[in-house]
Amino acid sequence: MTTPGGDEPGLPARQEPERADTPVVRTGMFGVHGTQDTSGYGKLQVHRLPPLASEPPYGGYFDAVAESLGSALQADGSGFGDAVERVVVQYGELTFHVRREHLLAVADKLLHDPALRFEIFTGVSGVHYPDETGRELRAVYHLVSITHNRRVRLEVAAPDADPHIPSVTPVYPAANWHERETWDFFGIVFDGHPALTRIEMPDDWLGHPQRKDYPLGGVPVEYRGAKVPPPDERRSYS
Amino acid sequence: MTETTHATPGASDADAEATEGRVYNVAGGDWDELVTNDDERSPNEQIVVNMGPQHPSTHGVLRLVLTLEGETVTDARASIGYLHTGIEKNMEYRTWTQGSTFITRADYLMPIFNETAYCMAVERLLGIEDKIPERAKLIRVLLLELNRIGSHLGGIGPFGLELGATTIFLQGVRMRENVLDLFELITGLRMNHAFVRPGGVAQDLPAGGIEAVRDFVRKAPGWTRDLHKLIDANPVFKARTEGIAYLDLEGCMALGVTGPMLRATGLPWDLRKSQPYLDYETYEFDVPTQDTCDTYGRYVVRMNEIDQSLRIVEQVLDRLADRANVPNDPYLIQDAKIGWPARLSLGPDGLGPSPEHIAHIMGQSMEALIHHFKLVTEGFRVPAGQVYVPIESAKGELGCHVVSDGGTRPYRVHLRDPSFHHLQAVSVLCEGGNLADVIPAIASIDPVIGGVDR
Amino acid sequence: MGIEEKLPSGVLLTSVEKIAGWARARSVWPATFGLACCAIELMMTGGPRHDLARFGMEKTGSTPREADLMIVAGRVSQKMAPVLRQIYDQMPDPKWVISMGVCASSGGMFNNYAIVQGVDHIVPVDIYLPGCPPRPEMLMDAIFKLHDKILNMKLGPDRDQEITELEEARLSMLPLHVSAGINDLRSEL
Repeated sequence: MTTPGGDEPGLPARQEPERADTPVVRTGMFGVHGTQDTSGYGKLQVHRLPPLASEPPYGGYFDAVAESLGSALQADGSGFGDAVERVVVQYGELTFHVRREHLLAVADKLLHDPALRFEIFTGVSGVHYPDETGRELRAVYHLVSITHNRRVRLEVAAPDADPHIPSVTPVYPAANWHERETWDFFGIVFDGHPALTRIEMPDDWLGHPQRKDYPLGGVPVEYRGAKVPPPDERRSYS
Repeated sequence: MTETTHATPGASDADAEATEGRVYNVAGGDWDELVTNDDERSPNEQIVVNMGPQHPSTHGVLRLVLTLEGETVTDARASIGYLHTGIEKNMEYRTWTQGSTFITRADYLMPIFNETAYCMAVERLLGIEDKIPERAKLIRVLLLELNRIGSHLGGIGPFGLELGATTIFLQGVRMRENVLDLFELITGLRMNHAFVRPGGVAQDLPAGGIEAVRDFVRKAPGWTRDLHKLIDANPVFKARTEGIAYLDLEGCMALGVTGPMLRATGLPWDLRKSQPYLDYETYEFDVPTQDTCDTYGRYVVRMNEIDQSLRIVEQVLDRLADRANVPNDPYLIQDAKIGWPARLSLGPDGLGPSPEHIAHIMGQSMEALIHHFKLVTEGFRVPAGQVYVPIESAKGELGCHVVSDGGTRPYRVHLRDPSFHHLQAVSVLCEGGNLADVIPAIASIDPVIGGVDR
Repeated sequence: MGIEEKLPSGVLLTSVEKIAGWARARSVWPATFGLACCAIELMMTGGPRHDLARFGMEKTGSTPREADLMIVAGRVSQKMAPVLRQIYDQMPDPKWVISMGVCASSGGMFNNYAIVQGVDHIVPVDIYLPGCPPRPEMLMDAIFKLHDKILNMKLGPDRDQEITELEEARLSMLPLHVSAGINDLRSEL
């Protein structure tokens, strides 16, 4: 994991050798090839980060949350390890990567278990990682516990080929519009949602705009004889 | 009833019913006969009314589809998306610093809150949260609290306008103009400032800034007193807002409601107190609550929050005055790889980097030139990861979920806007009430459709 | 004071065009199409400091049926565009449009899938007002320019002739900048 600082203050740290095995996600300093750009830097390759996983003890209240969740899930039959793929503690925030089959059970426990009591559902949002085949679409849930003054994040992955995630509206009714928005923008189908329709885009819109393979859709801008292409078609220097 | 004669010979009563509806023939003095005979009238005649996106009272481009039985709303659905701008996707094609300019236009009544949530998320990813200069934090808190006052006034003013009380609007707007004057003095713009940048703020307070804010704080209680005198005990206002749009603690928890709506149920949940940021734990202020759970309670909570914000602003001013003799007090992080290098100044050809800065980078320091160049063209790189930073905005919990892949542009930015979340409660607030109560209900949520649709 | 001073004998000679223009310009009722941030500045223009009521414009035509001027204030999204056209169609003639702000004039900073790049794609615009958002004084300046336009508007066959002349002038207008460069427009032809 690269952090600012590393060897010298202010400089990014060198990549660890284990990153060299992971697939390449960005190449070159120049995003557009086959143009009149003759300066080099085409040899730069940025590898994908290996998936982070933190080991217990996590620190702070994170251990209490993980343990309570684990015991609550065990009382039901499933275990912490079945439901949660990995735990990430980074930047002072706790993330559970939950398998989608267990999402509803985990949400239920997080709401109702007295040691957890994450009452406030703040929202779902989607992220699209087109490079990670099999786990392209992510739904990220943020929960707040007023009783214990805690926060937790759940992340659920679904492949592009089968973009289904169970809806948490039976547990958290406030997820209604957020799931509609995530469907609208990413194409994640939330099974069990009462009315999964488009909410922000017009009802007959085709495509899911915030996916990475959807263009920004701008028009070239003409000004005093020159034409500037829209932001997603300009030369990129990084 | 006698058989009706039809315009078309051979037509039957059933055809007439289809085209003309029910036809009643009454001669006079036979009302009782008519009423007793007519037992096929449907008891519930429902009308579907569309309070379309263009409407003077829906607080913005919000579309409500209401099913009415008489005056009672049986079904209320809110339809949004009429202001969807694609801000989040646009930010993926701009540098981290330019993201401030975009996200400020999401919820346009509280632009500083949007910027601050975003910049705090970027700073957390960069790992410089504890390196933000003290002065930057003070200026941020000052602008945040002034924005809270402006946002509440921008909610209470149009609230009055939508109820038909133009005087409330004019009084609220009168005070809000003074807040906007302060913003113009400090940031240069009345709205959509793009002033809070990752690493601090864009510029220092101008000369006379502290005095201007002190002047405002001195006069503000007079203006709020006028508003209180106009609104608080106004029988028409109370009749239209007391008991309306009731949402108690259970309902708020089920719907995940935060902000003034939650505090109007009696729960003093305020992120500035429970999960403090920007040194809020060092300021003295109260969290106003009411326990009536209705529109009037939310209005009272907002007015009290204005008073508390004024308290905080005074404390910030005192601290800024204490730092007045600190030379070159930084307002942007000193790290040259992140903090914007050029100190802006007004020259004969407009606003631009100051002549001293130009001389420095062109004549004195190659390193400074490189930093300037890289920062302006490419921007700084932010380490990979994701964060979610919530702040207590004027409308509730405003959170910014930022995902970075290690590059100079955000990979994904999502603004968790409280207006979007709370607008789901429209059905719960309006159903069962009268049509005229829909307006105060929505106004008490205080949604800003820019934040709803982003 | 006012008109009475100018009438020594109590008789005023004018033309129908001038009187109609004066009446129309002095009580324009805006159908405020307040959408986004510019709508807030529009509200503040109606506020006590920059008072729009002194120009007879405080009565907003909340229903477009009684409005003269549509001030499109804010970014017009794809979903809102048909609504905008419908409101414009519902307004009776004569009607004018001010596109307030850069988002309404040209799409502004949002050059993307969701925003119509200028409301002149949808409705004919009389005055374009840049700004993000434009200050209330800028909006009032745009309104004054529109008042000038309304005051001097012709009626009847003169109006038709005026329209034809303006159209011909526009169609034969040369571009402002014909410059040679990498992205030369002429190279596209």
